[in-house]
Amino acid sequence: MSDPASGMQAAAEVPEFERRFSGAVGGPDDVGKPRSLWTDAWDDLKHSKIFWIGLVLVTLVVVMALVPALFMIFSPNKDPRFCDLAFSRQPPSSSAWFGYDTQGCDVYARTIYGARPSIMVGVLTTIFAVSVGGAMGIVGGYYGGWRDSVTSRVTEIFFAIPLLLGGVLVLTSFPSGATTEIASVMKVVLALGILAWTSITRIMRSSVIQVKNADFVQAAKALGAPGGRVIRSHILPNSLAPVIVVAVISLGGYIAAEATLSFLGIGLQPPAISWGIAISDAARYVRVAPHMLFFPAVFLSITVLAFIMLGDAVRDALDPKLR
Amino acid sequence: MGQYALRRLLQMIPVLLGTTFLIFAMVFALPGDPFEGKCGERPCPEAYIQAQTAKFGLDQPLIVQYGKFLGNLLTGDFGTTFSGEPVINELTRALPPTLKLTILAIGFEVLIGITAGVFAALKRGRFLDNLVLVSTLVVVSIPVFVLGYFAQYIFGVKLGWFSPTVGFGAPWGDLILPALVLASLSLAFVARLMRTTMVENIRADYVRTATAKGLPRREVVGKHVMRNSMIPVITFIGLDFGGLMGGAVVTEGIFNIKGIGGLIFLSIRTREGATVTAAITVIVVFILIINLLVDLLYGVLDPRIRYE
Repeated sequence: MSDPASGMQAAAEVPEFERRFSGAVGGPDDVGKPRSLWTDAWDDLKHSKIFWIGLVLVTLVVVMALVPALFMIFSPNKDPRFCDLAFSRQPPSSSAWFGYDTQGCDVYARTIYGARPSIMVGVLTTIFAVSVGGAMGIVGGYYGGWRDSVTSRVTEIFFAIPLLLGGVLVLTSFPSGATTEIASVMKVVLALGILAWTSITRIMRSSVIQVKNADFVQAAKALGAPGGRVIRSHILPNSLAPVIVVAVISLGGYIAAEATLSFLGIGLQPPAISWGIAISDAARYVRVAPHMLFFPAVFLSITVLAFIMLGDAVRDALDPKLR
Repeated sequence: MGQYALRRLLQMIPVLLGTTFLIFAMVFALPGDPFEGKCGERPCPEAYIQAQTAKFGLDQPLIVQYGKFLGNLLTGDFGTTFSGEPVINELTRALPPTLKLTILAIGFEVLIGITAGVFAALKRGRFLDNLVLVSTLVVVSIPVFVLGYFAQYIFGVKLGWFSPTVGFGAPWGDLILPALVLASLSLAFVARLMRTTMVENIRADYVRTATAKGLPRREVVGKHVMRNSMIPVITFIGLDFGGLMGGAVVTEGIFNIKGIGGLIFLSIRTREGATVTAAITVIVVFILIINLLVDLLYGVLDPRIRYE
């Protein structure tokens, strides 16, 4: 359970288990394709426009983050770090699609290359939050008792600190020595992750509690399956759905939070290129050169929007009550 | 119910202790020399540093400092800043504008968010519903500070409907635009949440029964559907209170409000540990109390919920 993707894989094993299980108690043999929560949801998702739009946008941004050079093939300026003050704040033209920023750097190139740190912060923070929060939620929800009391109290302690204030505090209390791009990204990830996991814990815990008393879990326990195995093959796949939905939606939120921290001047630091830095640089000049603010802001907003759409679509597909 | 409230209040104590300790430890870890730049353009005299270090106990271990801080807090003493100003004075100056801003923001959330959600749910699948869904999605995906700058530029500077910055004493009128900006994200969430829960409830059996009994639609929607749909929304608004007070850092910066967010941000930058810890503690206390009130409200909204 290191990231949402492996959770999906675990979830895909559910029908396999159910088939074996129903065979063991002499239930009806396979009647066509075995149905699970996820196959049902997938049937639903296939027809959801929102899902496909979200998926295409997310794929596009992820490709942008992985191979930014791909988007630079036809651009007149290919190097995001090549700047010429003579072009400072010039509006969009055929020689620079999105215009130039204050330093005379090409806004298009910087916007494309800015995807990587933003996406990295979003993805890594989500992985951090899901692993820590998920583990805490499972321990509290599955074992109950004193373990539940301890994890609940610890969660409450972290939950009471507002994300942004805590982020500001963590980021400033970290030594600002080495400033490679990775180090800068990891600092922001840690600052957000340290407070972001609590919401995942709450959802995971309540979801585990719901599944815990299901018949198939009781059956597995009665057959003598050890706790770790029960959690891995029965509890996890059946309680992950709400966590994945929230994780996908919050991924967009973390990207926006990174931009906000950069805007406050304590998130990612130049020479890193990110949407947050670009927006906060441009915000001061919104009256003279709105294009500098417009393009990175639109890219950021569309990315956040894409993750929300994806999460929303998956939630709707998983929740039969809304059909 | 009294017993339940008391138990919850007692449960707040470990949380409060843990949170303040966490903040205290982080502030303790703030890098740099607190006396840097305190004495003008020359290093502070050794005697001054020694006197201040002794006065604030800066050379003592974390746990001792924390113990002292707690002891003082219990007697209502929030400590003093390095320049000798009692922290309580700074708090009483900074808290009212932020509280006003937050209250106004929550007002907008309730008023606009819930109304939009209710109408979207009643006109499900029609133009109004889609309008609400699309506009809330757009609002959610634009970062608050971008929205703030645009709102300030368009409504404050270009159209002149609102004052672009907030004046001294933070009058309510000046706070309308910042509060709308601050509330925008949560407002969109409230609208969507209200719509979703209403849509779920509108098809519930008890609603069909109420309609079958011949109750007027206004009453069915108002009394049965809306009241039952409020619980998740109220929960969200309660939990969001902290987010709003934290998010005020950004809004206060853009609109020049001298509030608690700005105070914390400035104090972290100038390493005024006492102010940071005190201010965040106050916010956390507010959050915990609001959450308790929300939990008690459940019983009013849903008589099936009993407190033991």
